[in-house]
Amino acid sequence: MDIIEAKEVSFEYVRRDEEGNVEGTTRAVDHVSLDIRQGEFIAILGHNGSGKSTLAKHMNAILCPTEGTVWVDGKDTRQESEIWNIRQSAGMVFQNPDNQIIGQVVEEDVGFGPENMGVPTEEIWERVEESLKAVGMYQYRKHSPNKLSGGQKQRVSIAGVLAMHPKCIVLDEPTAMLDPNGRREVIRAVRALNQVEGVTVILITHYMEEIIHADRVFVMDQGHIAMEGTPREIFSQVERLKALRLDVPQVTLLAYELQKSGIPLPDGILTREEFVEEVGKLLGK
Amino acid sequence: MALKVDHVSYLYEEGMPLSRKALDDICLDIPQDQFIGVIGHTGSGKSTLMQHLNGLLTPTEGHIYYMGRDISAKDFDRKMLRSKVGLVFQYPEHQLFETDVFADVCFGPKNLGLPKEEIEGRAGEALEKVGIPREMYSMSPFELSGGQKRRVAIAGVLAMQPEILILDEPTAGLDPRGREEILDQIRQLRRQTHITVLLVSHSMEDVAEYVDRIIVMNQGRIMYDDVPKAVFAHYRELEQVGLAAPQVTYIMNALKESGLEVDTQATTIQEAACSLRKVFSAVGR
Repeated sequence: MDIIEAKEVSFEYVRRDEEGNVEGTTRAVDHVSLDIRQGEFIAILGHNGSGKSTLAKHMNAILCPTEGTVWVDGKDTRQESEIWNIRQSAGMVFQNPDNQIIGQVVEEDVGFGPENMGVPTEEIWERVEESLKAVGMYQYRKHSPNKLSGGQKQRVSIAGVLAMHPKCIVLDEPTAMLDPNGRREVIRAVRALNQVEGVTVILITHYMEEIIHADRVFVMDQGHIAMEGTPREIFSQVERLKALRLDVPQVTLLAYELQKSGIPLPDGILTREEFVEEVGKLLGK
Repeated sequence: MALKVDHVSYLYEEGMPLSRKALDDICLDIPQDQFIGVIGHTGSGKSTLMQHLNGLLTPTEGHIYYMGRDISAKDFDRKMLRSKVGLVFQYPEHQLFETDVFADVCFGPKNLGLPKEEIEGRAGEALEKVGIPREMYSMSPFELSGGQKRRVAIAGVLAMQPEILILDEPTAGLDPRGREEILDQIRQLRRQTHITVLLVSHSMEDVAEYVDRIIVMNQGRIMYDDVPKAVFAHYRELEQVGLAAPQVTYIMNALKESGLEVDTQATTIQEAACSLRKVFSAVGR
């Protein structure tokens, strides 16, 4: 069962001059088709301006396609009457945690979504508890969000989405503003949601290391899907990624540098453990 | 010494019940012509410290000296200080406001009351230094890409001709190539002008690649202040305070543990590749 299906989707922004007259249009997404199955961990890469955030905003009906169709959990996103159901199926987490948290206390913030959906009070508290536990923030439930670190705030944002019991979470650069520890915490929480709770994850990021565990990677360029494959398939193509203004994880790059000087390491090494093992093999250890 | 920080402490909300120490007895020397990285988790005090260096905040205790003169002294010219110590905040592109790129960069020097030719000369020079081509001078800042906007914002500070440039996470939210472009521009700028740059960053890989010296902040104190290799040798302690070493350092340590004689002090891909090539050539590969 596909949780998200996009067929020939294009999206055009209308550019206006100072008086508001239409100057022209910019095609941010250009004939994109993709299927995302329930329970997958999907990563979307792409340089600034490649159209990845615009595409992501189609996945919970913040934007509707200019051409083509997006179905979220079987519902066409252009159907106004389904918009709340769609947003409940596919939640979204943004870059800046400070723009997403509204509650004075962590547990209130997390309860905001289900409350708006009309969930009975008893159940709201149950949902708040399980969501905060899923992201490892339960012990902070009585805290003020202002006093939390960036990584903690971002995990509260994720819990807020989780409390709406979505089938799918779209995260648009959730770690861009965080320190190394915050990044680790958030990525760990996201992976747990996917593996333990079975929530479909769509992660947009500029940090290559964060997506080595993804099931599939899409690379966007000029509104198109330029590459698609497993992390290993994608990161084996170092030069191609560089041409798309992207990068590979440092361990992959190190292996690539050594390959260039004639050391026969395999393509697409993604983890430290793999690297140590492959180097050991070559040296007969 | 261009800047000297002498036993500086800073209390937020001094005298209030919620008062807390953001800086605790900081001593630092910042000479001319140095590339310094500043790392620390969110809330470690690094931004507070940076805001002291150009007089935006005044120490609760201690003194800061610019060219030997106390910047808190009554007769000290703070306006001069702010043009000599340029501070570029996070997401500086949010501060662009003029109708075109050139006018935006002229804004700072115009406020210094300089003659028109000098203002325009400085603006052109600053834009050239950050790699913005002449064709873009008359464009609206809003027509530029994220990386370009950020470079225009940096040019706005450079046009003040500072001797010390403080950049607070200049690469946050940029794609990998955009990050590299900005940092390469800064390195280039340093070669031309010998300006001192303080780079606040959450990317250990970037810091390892570019700077000569790293200041590590933790709980309002300086934890380490040394060359990158020496700082990252403490990777376990850095993890304790929410930081990390560059990934290469972990790879090299893992190789060492597997019994290989590699350089665990390597902090960049080039250094690691060099050390590994030696290991391979020693066994005749």
